[in-house]
Amino acid sequence: MSKVTLTVNGRTVSGECDDRMLLVHFIREKLGLTGTHVGCDTTQCGTCVIHMDGRSVKSCSILAVQAAGAEITTIEGIAAQGELHPVQAAFKEHHGLQCGFCTPGMVMTAVDMIGRHSGQLDEATVRHELEGNICRCTGYQNIVAAVLAANQQMHGATRQAAE
Amino acid sequence: MGVEGIGARVTRKEDKRFLTGKGRYTDDMTVPGMKYACFVRSPYAHAKIIGIDASAARQMPGVIDVLDGKQLQADGIGNLICGWMIHSKDGSPMKMGAWRPLAVDTVRYVGDAVAIVVADSYLEARDAAEAVSVEYEEMPAVTEAIAAMADGAPQLHPEAPGNLIFDWELGDGVAADQAIASAVHVTEIEIHNNRLSPNPMEPRATLGIYDAAEDHYTCYTTSQNPHVARLVMSAFYNVAPENKLRVIAPDVGGGFGSKIYIYPEEIVCLWASKKTGVPVKWTSDRTEAFLTDAHGRDHVSKVKMAFDSDHRITGLKVDTIANLGAYMSLFSSAVPTYLYATLLSGQYAIPAIHANVRTVYTNTVPVDAYRGAGRPEATYLLERTIETAARELGVSPAELRRKNFIRSFPYQTPVIMNYDAGDYETSVAAAMEAADWAGFSARRADAESRGKKRGIGMSCYIEACGIAPSAAVGSLGAGVGLWESAEVRVNAVGTIEVLTGSHSHGQGHETTFAQLVAERLGVSIDSVNIVHGDTDKVQMGMGTYGSRSGAVGMSAVVKALDKVEAKAKKIAAHMMEADESDIVIENGELKVAGTDKTVPWFQVALAAYTAHNLPGGMEPGLKETAFYDPANFTFPAGCYIAEVEVDPETGKTDIVQFVAADDFGNIINPLIVEGQVHGGLAQGIGQALLEEVRYDPESGQLLTASYMDYAMPRADDLPSFKLSHQNTPCPSNPLGIKGCGEAGAIGSPPALINAITDAIGNNSLTMPATPMKVWQALQSVH
Repeated sequence: MSKVTLTVNGRTVSGECDDRMLLVHFIREKLGLTGTHVGCDTTQCGTCVIHMDGRSVKSCSILAVQAAGAEITTIEGIAAQGELHPVQAAFKEHHGLQCGFCTPGMVMTAVDMIGRHSGQLDEATVRHELEGNICRCTGYQNIVAAVLAANQQMHGATRQAAE
Repeated sequence: MGVEGIGARVTRKEDKRFLTGKGRYTDDMTVPGMKYACFVRSPYAHAKIIGIDASAARQMPGVIDVLDGKQLQADGIGNLICGWMIHSKDGSPMKMGAWRPLAVDTVRYVGDAVAIVVADSYLEARDAAEAVSVEYEEMPAVTEAIAAMADGAPQLHPEAPGNLIFDWELGDGVAADQAIASAVHVTEIEIHNNRLSPNPMEPRATLGIYDAAEDHYTCYTTSQNPHVARLVMSAFYNVAPENKLRVIAPDVGGGFGSKIYIYPEEIVCLWASKKTGVPVKWTSDRTEAFLTDAHGRDHVSKVKMAFDSDHRITGLKVDTIANLGAYMSLFSSAVPTYLYATLLSGQYAIPAIHANVRTVYTNTVPVDAYRGAGRPEATYLLERTIETAARELGVSPAELRRKNFIRSFPYQTPVIMNYDAGDYETSVAAAMEAADWAGFSARRADAESRGKKRGIGMSCYIEACGIAPSAAVGSLGAGVGLWESAEVRVNAVGTIEVLTGSHSHGQGHETTFAQLVAERLGVSIDSVNIVHGDTDKVQMGMGTYGSRSGAVGMSAVVKALDKVEAKAKKIAAHMMEADESDIVIENGELKVAGTDKTVPWFQVALAAYTAHNLPGGMEPGLKETAFYDPANFTFPAGCYIAEVEVDPETGKTDIVQFVAADDFGNIINPLIVEGQVHGGLAQGIGQALLEEVRYDPESGQLLTASYMDYAMPRADDLPSFKLSHQNTPCPSNPLGIKGCGEAGAIGSPPALINAITDAIGNNSLTMPATPMKVWQALQSVH
């Protein structure tokens, strides 16, 4: 057993865990943040994507103890209470979710993707970047539309702020 | 239509909780004292259990108990059942082999549950499960249906000699034979429908809670139909009487059929909770999901289609062998029979049809309904056959279809179904225009100049949804009725709760059902809450499958709303001293038609509950219940066109265009309907190009037990789809709805394979059309 201390959604938290516990289970079971999901056991599905020190990471592919000292953001932490992040709002607007199970991972991946591409996203790039996130409900079309719309909105907004 | 009423493209009410991580799925549930389960599963496809030694496992850290099938049997827990009786053509009932929730003497597929370990943590339960020593005597296994029917094949169940479950037929065999004998042309083809794993992204899970003080059980489970689960667990598995068993299906992360059934794990966790005295939660991992979730499809068929000199279809004869796996799952017998052979007329007027279906046990996980369930198998068979016929006859595949379309309704097919409405010509015309069918030859020439093989393929599907009239399905062997229930509760402040027996696991009922209320009463959808998924809250209902929630579930809401409105009008008439026949409901008000007298909706609701001034003899309150039994199946239909480019160097297929033209009748919310079509298309394209469950035929080991091995469609495997909707309202239900949940998965596989075989000039190609298979098919052309 180890004691792990890390920052999650802006709060410093600690928990005892088995050395072999995956970060996703630490987040779900020790912290009670159940928005991060587990959809496979081979790091393929992407329902567990979180941000760790500013990068999107599959939280099933890292041990909780490896995350000691890290800054973690989960789906519960990307928007202010009661509000939606522009990516979340775009998923709603474009019906980019059905059962909702892949959605947190999709949103976390999309936020990271939009951040990395400086506004230069097209459909082919979005589809390629989503390879590590599986959705069985939507056929991806509306997810792609949502990511592109959010990209436009966020980078349009950034440009506006800079001007 | 109001801004939020029927037909409005409103965004979903339920989205916010899913988008912010506040969805509540079964694995998210925790209760005080909860412990974790891991199942000990058979590593063999077929073996005798000689003995189980759990002594070492019991000593491991955190272990509370290890329980096996003998204990379960001793406690009187029943075997799993198939709920749809099929009789063979000789009159004998289907041969149902015993399926014990935990195997006792014999295991029959890799993953068959043998024992349950309950421990403080999941990891401890898993460690201990590995320490349970089960001695097996391995037996020969068989995984493919045709091999299982052969002389000398391993035998699965003593009840089913030759592994044959039933040998069933539908239609007029003599007439079909005569049509073939007198035909000018007969197209013969063998059709393989590949085995699939449904793969909802949320793996199955269950939390069993036994309350000893109340002698009461609560079961959280990933179910599409919690009431059916409660009924079956009570009536057949002897878990508990219905009044002592509450089943809750909270947010459920997709189902696609695989969460209709009651699996061993729910039963065993409830029982284990009583045995151990602690709540027991089990969550499947993905490997377990591949091993134990019911699979879909897995048919092999021989087809003969007869044509006269005018290219009219005169007869169809189908001989199908369906693999049902090691045990008969809950609705497994209905899928290759009444959900399949009844659709073999397709969109065509075929005077004589005969289908013979043999179902077979194999050492594989049970096979049951998966998105479409029988209808994709019928559509793939028919649409591959007619496309093949067009190629043999040297005519346009579109024209051959058109020539044979059913054009007047109602139309009685020779295979039970009575199509109530449709307009196939309009869909095919819309699809061909959207696909620029006329411009294809130029695009093909352009592809040729780039060294690519371009092909175009069409599929005209029909399906039967909204299942179904209870008396009709009862007469065909169903063990349940297939009506739906609704309750509309108007609160004293005028807000409304709609309780429905259908269940949403992605379909957006919280929005569409509220839109219906908004349409009727002129209130905002925000003032309407939809309640489902809890047997303690909602009266008996039948759940969601077969694209039935709109056509059947919402029709029940309509009936309940009719009663609520009638009572509200009486109250309003009394309040305004008017005749109730003059009262109309508009924009959240009750008005006396032709006057300026109005009373707001909430005041009528309040009056109903204060009961200070109600019409004489009227009961207080404003709440009504209805049960709706559909008058017929519904018949969504449409035309899909796929256009592909094949790289002859690699055999890789690119879908360059996919057009879907669907007639779903009236549509409640186009945004949601489009999403349903997109998702169905992705699953159908997955079947056509990527997905296949493969067992090793010798050992019976599942070779595709992870996302590393089973090719799920990813975002970059799929194109953006071009959709359109045509509308012939369904005359058989009050909303004119046909259903849209399964069409995409039903219509798309044949369109794709017709396109690829067109591109490569070789009609022999089986699904999934992997690059290797396509490349090999191309080589045999050269």
